[in-house]
Amino acid sequence: MVRKTARSSPSATTGDTARNRRSTVPLTIGSGLLGLAVWVLLANSGIQGFPGPLEVAERAVASIGDGTLFGDLFASLRRVLTGFVLGIALAVPVGFLMGWYAPVRGLIEPWLQFFRMVPPLAIIPLAIVLMGIGETPKIFVIFLASFLSSVVSTFQGVVSVDSTLINAARVLGAKDRRVFTGVVVPASTPFILVGMRIGLGASWATVVAAELLAAQEGLGYRMQQAQLYYDLPTIFVQLIVIGLVGLLMDRLLLLAERRLTSWQERR
Amino acid sequence: MSPVIPNAVTPEPATPKIEFRDVSHSFDLGGETFAALDHVSLDIAEGEFVTVVGPSGCGKSTLMNITAGLLDPQSGEVLVDGQPVRGPSPQRGVIFQQYALFPWMTVRKNVEFGLKIAGVNAEERRRTAERFIDMVGLSDFADALPKTLSGGMKQRCAIARAYAVDPTILLMDEPFGALDALTRVQLQDRLLDTWSRERRTVLFITHDVDEAVYLANRVIVMAARPGRVHRVIDVDLPYPRTEDMRLSPEFAELRREVWHSVYHQPSPIERTSP
Repeated sequence: MVRKTARSSPSATTGDTARNRRSTVPLTIGSGLLGLAVWVLLANSGIQGFPGPLEVAERAVASIGDGTLFGDLFASLRRVLTGFVLGIALAVPVGFLMGWYAPVRGLIEPWLQFFRMVPPLAIIPLAIVLMGIGETPKIFVIFLASFLSSVVSTFQGVVSVDSTLINAARVLGAKDRRVFTGVVVPASTPFILVGMRIGLGASWATVVAAELLAAQEGLGYRMQQAQLYYDLPTIFVQLIVIGLVGLLMDRLLLLAERRLTSWQERR
Repeated sequence: MSPVIPNAVTPEPATPKIEFRDVSHSFDLGGETFAALDHVSLDIAEGEFVTVVGPSGCGKSTLMNITAGLLDPQSGEVLVDGQPVRGPSPQRGVIFQQYALFPWMTVRKNVEFGLKIAGVNAEERRRTAERFIDMVGLSDFADALPKTLSGGMKQRCAIARAYAVDPTILLMDEPFGALDALTRVQLQDRLLDTWSRERRTVLFITHDVDEAVYLANRVIVMAARPGRVHRVIDVDLPYPRTEDMRLSPEFAELRREVWHSVYHQPSPIERTSP
């Protein structure tokens, strides 16, 4: 089933041409300006407490000034990166094992498919009961989120390695180990990197939500506090930071992906 | 199980380079058994250039995979230098129709791959690779990635990669099948040129009758359902083969003969049990 899809690499969909990218720049700027205009309109429409861009910018400067914004950001980032790195560190070997050894796949896949259907956030109550209210449950949930979303694509990458490439290595004298390290691993990197991007997105979404539920610092916690005091500008600052940081991380991984898989024939 | 093959049948050297002994293999296709190879016996002499041609489904590729050691025959065996084939070996180089270059490696790295596995040191690897990249005329592209190469260049790179590990046998599975007619003819001449200088035993699968006759000492025509050797046609044209030869009456006659035995085959035989 995967043999056919293997031809079109996973990142091929993101590989837009230079000409296309250039022509979207004015549109992107225009879209930003339009959004800002809508925001100003909404703020002036008289919705109770709805802050305008200026008010939010002032709050952002203030929270940068007193250190809370970066404090929260680093708290959130630390959680995300710890959980994410742990998740990937487990997902890649498990994905490889599943792709390489059919019995491993048979044993693990049912559980994987089951837990994939359980939103990581739904694990939080259980994690808090079992692990207390410290950092552990939050990191655990992020770990779970990134693991589940990247293990499948790693596994998918391994099973869709072109069998001709494996044969080519074998007839040149490569034994299993060499076939694995020399062919299967590089051939599945595009899939792994796509999995990492999905995993990072899932982790970022999960951390904020986890902090909403139980934390003493972090972007989600700050929003939760602001909600208590009806402090809409602070909520806006947090939302914008969450969006921008998420976007930045995604772009960084995309850049890494492009560099590491530039050998791919993009169609 | 193995039939007694009297040595007297083979007029040439005592041990053939490749020997197919009663090789049979069938695939299970949706409950239906498909006999890809049915009791194929064949000897190929050292240094011989043999082409295999036949309609689709005649088991050409199965024959190749079994010889390469990528597939174990269900019965019978393939001997190379008198030893039964057990799994792939760098001694038998394979060139695939889909090139099968490692796309993340440059031309040089691709050619060096087999040498690296053989444990050849970096300096010698580089020297050997250089020699074979030069042989196939890709020196200017040694550091290019496969995605930047044309189909013909990719296949030349694959040929260099196969040659680099110094195989005694080259197995070529419709290597020029995906190329345009002009490139194909150029690569045929190149291949013959290489073969005359770096003599190897070649088993070359093709569906192109012209190609089969032009390259070979001997053309094996296979028949389908079940896949079997239908006819063996000797090509008595001298090497080096030239463009003029392609247009000669002798060539036309051979081509006609091969063409006839490929396209006017006896209807599929019903075999109850072997």
